[in-house]
Amino acid sequence: MVFIPSRAFGFLKFFIWPKESRRRYRTAIFAVFLVALLAANLDSPKYWNGFADWINPKLDAVDMPEPIRRLDKWEVLKKADDIIALPHFWNLPFSQGLDLQGGIHLIYKADLSNITHQDHGDAMNGLRDVIERRVNLFGVREPKVLVQEASGEYRLLVELAGITDFNEAIQLIGQTPYLEFKEERPKDEQKRLLREVLDEDQEGVTDAQLEGICSTINPQFLLIIQESGKEDPCFKVTGLTGQYLKEASVQFDPNTNQPTISLQLDDEGSKLFEQITARNVDKPLAIYLDKVLRSAPRVQEKIVGGKAQITGFDIKQAKQIARDLNAGALPVPITLISQQSIGAALGEESLRESLRAGILGIIAVVAFMIILYRLSGLLAVISLAVYLSLLLAILKLVPVTLTLPGIAGLILSIGMAVDANVLVFERLREEFQRKKEDEEDFLFILNRAYGRAWNSIRDGNISTLLTCTILFWFSTSFIKGFALTLGIGVVVSMFSAMIVTRYLMRLVGEGRLRKKEWLWIR
Amino acid sequence: MLKFRKYFYTLSVVLVLSSIASLAIFGLNFGTDFNGGSIMEVRFQEERPGHNSVKSALADFELGEIIVQNADENGIILRFREVNPTLHQGILNKIETLGVLEEQRFESIGPAIGEETKRKALWSIGLVLITILIYVAWAFRKISFPLRSWTYGVVALIALFHDVLIAVGIFAALGYFMNIEVGIPFVAAILTILGYSVNDTIVVFDRIRENILTKASDFNFGELINKSLAQTYVRSLNTSLTTFFVLFAIFMLGGATIKYFVLTLIIGVAVGTYSSIFLASPLLFSWYLVQFKKSEKSS
Repeated sequence: MVFIPSRAFGFLKFFIWPKESRRRYRTAIFAVFLVALLAANLDSPKYWNGFADWINPKLDAVDMPEPIRRLDKWEVLKKADDIIALPHFWNLPFSQGLDLQGGIHLIYKADLSNITHQDHGDAMNGLRDVIERRVNLFGVREPKVLVQEASGEYRLLVELAGITDFNEAIQLIGQTPYLEFKEERPKDEQKRLLREVLDEDQEGVTDAQLEGICSTINPQFLLIIQESGKEDPCFKVTGLTGQYLKEASVQFDPNTNQPTISLQLDDEGSKLFEQITARNVDKPLAIYLDKVLRSAPRVQEKIVGGKAQITGFDIKQAKQIARDLNAGALPVPITLISQQSIGAALGEESLRESLRAGILGIIAVVAFMIILYRLSGLLAVISLAVYLSLLLAILKLVPVTLTLPGIAGLILSIGMAVDANVLVFERLREEFQRKKEDEEDFLFILNRAYGRAWNSIRDGNISTLLTCTILFWFSTSFIKGFALTLGIGVVVSMFSAMIVTRYLMRLVGEGRLRKKEWLWIR
Repeated sequence: MLKFRKYFYTLSVVLVLSSIASLAIFGLNFGTDFNGGSIMEVRFQEERPGHNSVKSALADFELGEIIVQNADENGIILRFREVNPTLHQGILNKIETLGVLEEQRFESIGPAIGEETKRKALWSIGLVLITILIYVAWAFRKISFPLRSWTYGVVALIALFHDVLIAVGIFAALGYFMNIEVGIPFVAAILTILGYSVNDTIVVFDRIRENILTKASDFNFGELINKSLAQTYVRSLNTSLTTFFVLFAIFMLGGATIKYFVLTLIIGVAVGTYSSIFLASPLLFSWYLVQFKKSEKSS
């Protein structure tokens, strides 16, 4: 009747397991405890690390014993001696949801009315890329920018965890992109600023190398410098920005047939442009978009009339950039339709209090189990400890985003894990009452109890799993965490109740204790 | 115990009717998740201002009806219509003139999303109910006597409906008197209750099925059900108790933000346990009786 465990182990039996049944159970339990111990350390590495920190200095102080030192191979062994030290355990933090670490969750609606149907996908991807680039400027660890389609419209979902200034974030995301014209700095200034940036990392960069940097420019490099808060070393601001742009369009050079982006500035902009180009003849004029250097064409002569051209793009890029500039840089206009921002403080408090409460609840459950089910209850509690450590480790490894409802789900699943054990124990009690004198073997009865209980456990838990699946599909990231936690909890609880508790009971029950019924049930 | 079933039915009917009444009278206090709108929670460093001063400070913004609630010691929660980020900043600045504060959270949800959430919620509840019906009917397919297998599914569903209605009814009342909102977490709690309650009901049905399959002669359905109930009620109670311990602890001592989520779960688990023992099984018996009488009349 209990087909899942025996099938799995039947396979393993063939290869690794000793034939004696008692040794088999001991090996199994030992393996499970080992994994649980590893898992527990993954859950909370501070104990291991604390121990490692304490013992490592002691290991350093210990030298190899006399006889070994006298061997010629001392050098090698000495190296080994130095290397032997306890490493720190892998510190994998929990993946926390927005309501625990604070952050914002935004939903934008994209207006695709001006874009043909087949371009929809491209436009949304372009939009996502632009927004993602802006979002990256915040230094958020795992920003989420996703395209969603719902109710016939296209949406962009932005989730930033761990930010504090919400309004700044929202403004920066929805903002129009920044077009800047910059002119070349005098060489001395360039070198000075470059040295400031580079001297922190390397020593002794030559002048020749510095000159090379600004003549063959790497836009990524410049972007990194600017993002780290320093000034752009190669070019300086002229004050001519996108606000003076009247129109951008894609043209084709009649001679080469190459696509170019044609910029038309307004009156004021044209005047400024005239001045800038006049003083920069035969020097590069840098055009920046959202702080990224796009093009630095050489100025041939003073330009009147505010027309400029940027070359060096293929047709696709040219179209995109022209579109960006015209729409005010986002390829598609967006409106904010939903905004949720949560401060970290609220989440942290709630979390602390809930964890404390959860622990109290668990203590009550432990007491209850031991009182009602005595030794069986104690074994079930041990199995629950294994369950908890495995579950937490899985949550860290997948990773499952923890939210407050998720933690409630975790605690709820502990209740359900207990349920499976209770089912078995009540069955066990029944079987004991039903047996005739001392005829039947304890282990036999135990098997029967598990066999009969498995059906109920399986059916009940499957219905819960079905609910979790639907919950997962339906909801936002807040509740997804809950569904996933509960679902994983239910699955692991089946393992812990059917296998761990059972094997523990078999092990313990094989000795003299099996005769003492009162130990096992009330 | 089956002889008392008339009392149990009466109790259930009373509870369900009053829940429906509660829904009709109080209505469900839909929060911003479903209706759209804004929620702003701020915490003042010193004393918080009175509700009227807050409302008059915001009078110029034309926010329509503003609901102000107290939260914790120095916090207030404001609810008004949906606003864009600029307006939000303006509102925040204005309130700051009443005292130094820190914004704890802010949500502004447009009506389109709200509608969608409502639809999705109803769909998912419906889907869960159907899936459970199918699963129970399948799990009990080996039995066709004395009741068809899908009967078990239907009775389980009735018990579930009963549970959900009562939970929702209680929440409608709570929403009215204590201004507790119904949002996405509430729907998640309802779905959880469905899963959990059916778990419970199935355990009882499972025992009934087992007893049917093992008993051949001298078949008395009523007695069999009674026996099954006697065998399983201890386990049902114990399981619910352990879940209660934990949920209760969180409700009393846990964080404010999930208090009501957990409360829904507690109500659901309580009602679910009750319905598995006192409603679902008696219903099976009554169905059997009705069927029996019908077949007697025809023969």
